[in-house]
Amino acid sequence: MKYFAGRNLKEILRDRLNLFFGLLFPLLILTLLYFINRRIPASAGMELFQLKNLTPGVAVFGLSFVSLFGGMLIARDRSEAFLTRLYSSPLRAADYIFGYILPLLPLALGQIVCLFLLSYILGLAWEPLKLLLCLLTLLPSALLFAGIGLLCGSLLTDRQVGGVCGALLTNLTAWLSGTWFSLDLFGETGKKICYILPFANAVDSSRAALTGGSGAAKLWIVAAYAVGTLLLAVAAFSRQMRRG
Amino acid sequence: MNAVEIRSLTKSFGAIKAVDGLTLDIGEGELFALLGVNAAGKTTTIKMLSGVLRPDGGDALIMGHSVLTELAAAKEAMNVSPQETAVAPNLTARENLELMAGIYGAGRADARRAAEDMEGELGLSHVSDRRARTLSGGWQRRLSIAMALITRPKVLFLDEPTLGLDILARRELWREIEKLKGGTAVILTTHYLEEAEALADRIGVMTGGRLTAAGTAEELKAAAGKDSFEDAFVEQASGGAQA
Repeated sequence: MKYFAGRNLKEILRDRLNLFFGLLFPLLILTLLYFINRRIPASAGMELFQLKNLTPGVAVFGLSFVSLFGGMLIARDRSEAFLTRLYSSPLRAADYIFGYILPLLPLALGQIVCLFLLSYILGLAWEPLKLLLCLLTLLPSALLFAGIGLLCGSLLTDRQVGGVCGALLTNLTAWLSGTWFSLDLFGETGKKICYILPFANAVDSSRAALTGGSGAAKLWIVAAYAVGTLLLAVAAFSRQMRRG
Repeated sequence: MNAVEIRSLTKSFGAIKAVDGLTLDIGEGELFALLGVNAAGKTTTIKMLSGVLRPDGGDALIMGHSVLTELAAAKEAMNVSPQETAVAPNLTARENLELMAGIYGAGRADARRAAEDMEGELGLSHVSDRRARTLSGGWQRRLSIAMALITRPKVLFLDEPTLGLDILARRELWREIEKLKGGTAVILTTHYLEEAEALADRIGVMTGGRLTAAGTAEELKAAAGKDSFEDAFVEQASGGAQA
């Protein structure tokens, strides 16, 4: 399995588009919003763009690209007969599933660490324990998006994955997570819907870890979505395997 | 022991019976060519024997291991070069070879050594450090075949291995395939009749999912009453009796 996982990590890292969207793009977003925030007068009370609130939000947004990387890789392998070749090898179902999911976790971690490094350079207060806690709260989000990638890659073509994970999912994560604007703007019902979904809960729980605010309990909602998505993804992949 | 024993193997896709009661034995070290027109059931047969598809009926033994009940053991003994070129595009040629060796249980040092040896045997040394997606179609196919050979399998399935290769590369690959005879059982599918005639110990013809003829090239010509192998194949492929 380690050879297969190693191969998948190399495939993702050697794609320049992945590096841009996975690494540079969230850093650009963070930088852009940081400079925008500097121009917003304090009297406007725009706390969302302060680094302690913004960084966890952009981290969750950045993690949505992890599903794109994983999904595209799996869909492409399916379409190019590479997976068919591997199906005749001694790899078992668990090897495939862990082999596709595990490489996404260091990618996610690297993305988050780079984001926080930039944030510290821009002025975020250095509090290592809170950073560690924040990283831990982002782990269920990383697993959630890895699971979505495995699910989409198992069911869709690579073009469809690009649409669903690249366009739809990243936008849902951006707009419904409370990263760029308060979810109060959606009204009572809209806000409730946002908190039924995992994105706003992911951002709130990681913000709470960094700022010490309330929101840690929402981590369980993200974890539940992550487990459910992973189980669905495993079922979908296994079904595709049986179909050859 | 036969390398491959196939008993009444059947596979349907909806109303279409892609493989219909295939029964065949292939000896250890034998090179068996499976011919047939498009949609005759050759690739579906290979997929069932290699564990990619589960048969709807019948069974097959690969080095004595059932593909239904002992698939893991069967897979250890075999390897496949699929019809489509199947390489990891962003890995180098060397990395692709080491990947396959590693998946089949080789440690890092053994995988590296096996990759070097295979590169030398198939003339891939000068493209060793190039990413697979930068190679031409012919070189990718050569790499794809090397990835099947690197594990030194007891049973090797080659699904149209020389498709897309130029004549020199094809002849080179024929030489490599011939070296396997006697040691590895090779099941080769091809549309090139001269390839089957040149390489195979025995040839089978599939038509509509059934094996309609099996034997040496001479036996098939005699059975069809034809002087050329091509005429004999056309006779068999266009609806001969069940073998």
